[in-house]
Amino acid sequence: MTDTLISRRGSLPPLTSPKRASMRTGTRTRIGAFASTGIGVIVLAIMLFPIYWMVNTSLQPSGNTLTAGLFPLNPDFSGYERAITDQGQNLLTSLIISVGTVVLTLIISAPAAYALAQFRFRWINVALMVIIVSQMIPGVVIANALYSAYNDLGLLNSLPGLILADASHAIPFAILILRTAMLGIPPSIVEAARIDGAGLVRAFVSVVVPVSRNALITAALFAFLFSWSDFLFALTLTSTEEVRPVTLGIYQYIGTQVANWSAVMATAVLSSIPAIILLVLAQKFIAAGTTGGAVK
Amino acid sequence: MASVSTLTTRGGSPPDSIEAHPSLESAGTPPQAPRRRRKPERITKLLFIVPAALYIFAFFAFPVIKNITMSLQEYTTATFFTGEAPWVGFANYVTVTSSSLFGPAFLNTALFTAGSLLGQFVIGIALAVFFRRRFPLNGFLRSLMLLPWLLPVIVSSATWRSILDQDSGILNQFLTSIGVIQSPIGWLSDPNVALLSVILVNIWVGIPFNVALLYGGLQDIPEELYEAGALDGATGWKAFWHITWPNLRPVVSVVLVLGVVYTLKVLDVILGLTNGGPANATQTLAVRSYQESFVNFEFGVGSAWSNVLILVSLVFAVLYLRSNRRAVDE
Repeated sequence: MTDTLISRRGSLPPLTSPKRASMRTGTRTRIGAFASTGIGVIVLAIMLFPIYWMVNTSLQPSGNTLTAGLFPLNPDFSGYERAITDQGQNLLTSLIISVGTVVLTLIISAPAAYALAQFRFRWINVALMVIIVSQMIPGVVIANALYSAYNDLGLLNSLPGLILADASHAIPFAILILRTAMLGIPPSIVEAARIDGAGLVRAFVSVVVPVSRNALITAALFAFLFSWSDFLFALTLTSTEEVRPVTLGIYQYIGTQVANWSAVMATAVLSSIPAIILLVLAQKFIAAGTTGGAVK
Repeated sequence: MASVSTLTTRGGSPPDSIEAHPSLESAGTPPQAPRRRRKPERITKLLFIVPAALYIFAFFAFPVIKNITMSLQEYTTATFFTGEAPWVGFANYVTVTSSSLFGPAFLNTALFTAGSLLGQFVIGIALAVFFRRRFPLNGFLRSLMLLPWLLPVIVSSATWRSILDQDSGILNQFLTSIGVIQSPIGWLSDPNVALLSVILVNIWVGIPFNVALLYGGLQDIPEELYEAGALDGATGWKAFWHITWPNLRPVVSVVLVLGVVYTLKVLDVILGLTNGGPANATQTLAVRSYQESFVNFEFGVGSAWSNVLILVSLVFAVLYLRSNRRAVDE
């Protein structure tokens, strides 16, 4: 059951489904189409206004920002100077943790996804159910338990501790989307490698990994974004300044610095850069992840 | 021919699977070769899954178990020094249910979840249907729309805090200037309004995800249905009610039930905007659990709160798995 559930979910949207072959044709005039574009642009402008406002506020001189004009006519970068002074280290910390999470997620998820897709274990349906349910466990439950465990293990306020915890945002998701992709690998190509003398592990590395490249990229991008966005574990598992992800930096900023909105918003803009880069450069992978995973 | 993995894991390895790999290292004694290979191979296969299994145990199963045991203990800051956490039975649950915040937190959780879902879903489906039209820049606009969902939630919270600021936020300035309101509204500081504001921000965060999933579901409805419907005069709203909606139902139930489970556990939107305030107006089960554990360092009480949350989630998780099965059966 779970099996069908996953593949059903995978088939929901574009991971597998090709571009729509035919669209409603004929009836709509060119003018109608452009009117739709107009409506679309207006809707999008409303939706994205807060993001515009974030950028606008970040370019105002510090202090009086909230009485800012609608446009940053005289952009002032002092907010960014302040943000980099205060939060530069935290941005770097977030970057290290996110890259670590990506590596850990892929190392753990890719082999497991392949096993769940291609090996005929009897308990696969149970395993898939466990993975789906684990995604539903509230983060605060995990944080409650990890705090005391980390306290005993000395992992509080440490990069490895946060990487391990942040991977919990990504690993179930990664296993599910990688498995969906790996279901489509024809066993014959793996077999061909085996006949040439490759062991299971080598066949996995030299055949499965390359053909699953796109799904691996999607999983990696989302692991990065989930970890970069993590707030809960940053909040609960760190208390020192040495290891402080930028999300927590922003939270503490808005607790204490509300007078200096330009610095707060400059930090917010800097923290949005990964999402924006990924949306521009890796659009198709993001689209595959949103719909293929159907989970976060 | 069936895959190697099929043959070997199904136990009774048929002869042709041996012949399929004549070149494998163990050419010396053919009859023993497959057996010698098979056993290590089964172990190798398990090794593919062991790291994930260990991780899921340590970071999902263990926390759930630990939350149950902690909720039955007096687990406080002192525990971290003395290592002692005396068993107290259900005392923490009594603390939770008799807390003056129990009712409000429950109600707020329900309102937050229902309100967020309703808003996200209605707007999401409207936009998904809209984007089925064919027009220039469709794909571009649709992918830009994902942005609010990809940003760190705490970034969105901080931005909305500046927009909703009572004295100088742009929203109050705008509404005053067009004459909708006379005096500024305390979006996040007025206990009567704060929950509504938090719900509105969470709707904003969730719209892109709803659009993406529902749009995907719409794309799976065969175009022929609309063409046939159009012949019978079903266009516009009629087409939506008689063709789109019934065909989208399975996706809708998945989106809604998943939405409930993910909204129940939302913490960062609320902490970023109001911290559960003003005057506890935005306390939810998740916020309570966080504050008892990590602000008051009453881990026993905190985990009791979170177990109440898990219980509620569990109901919807079961609903999800069932509605998914129905979706597949249909």
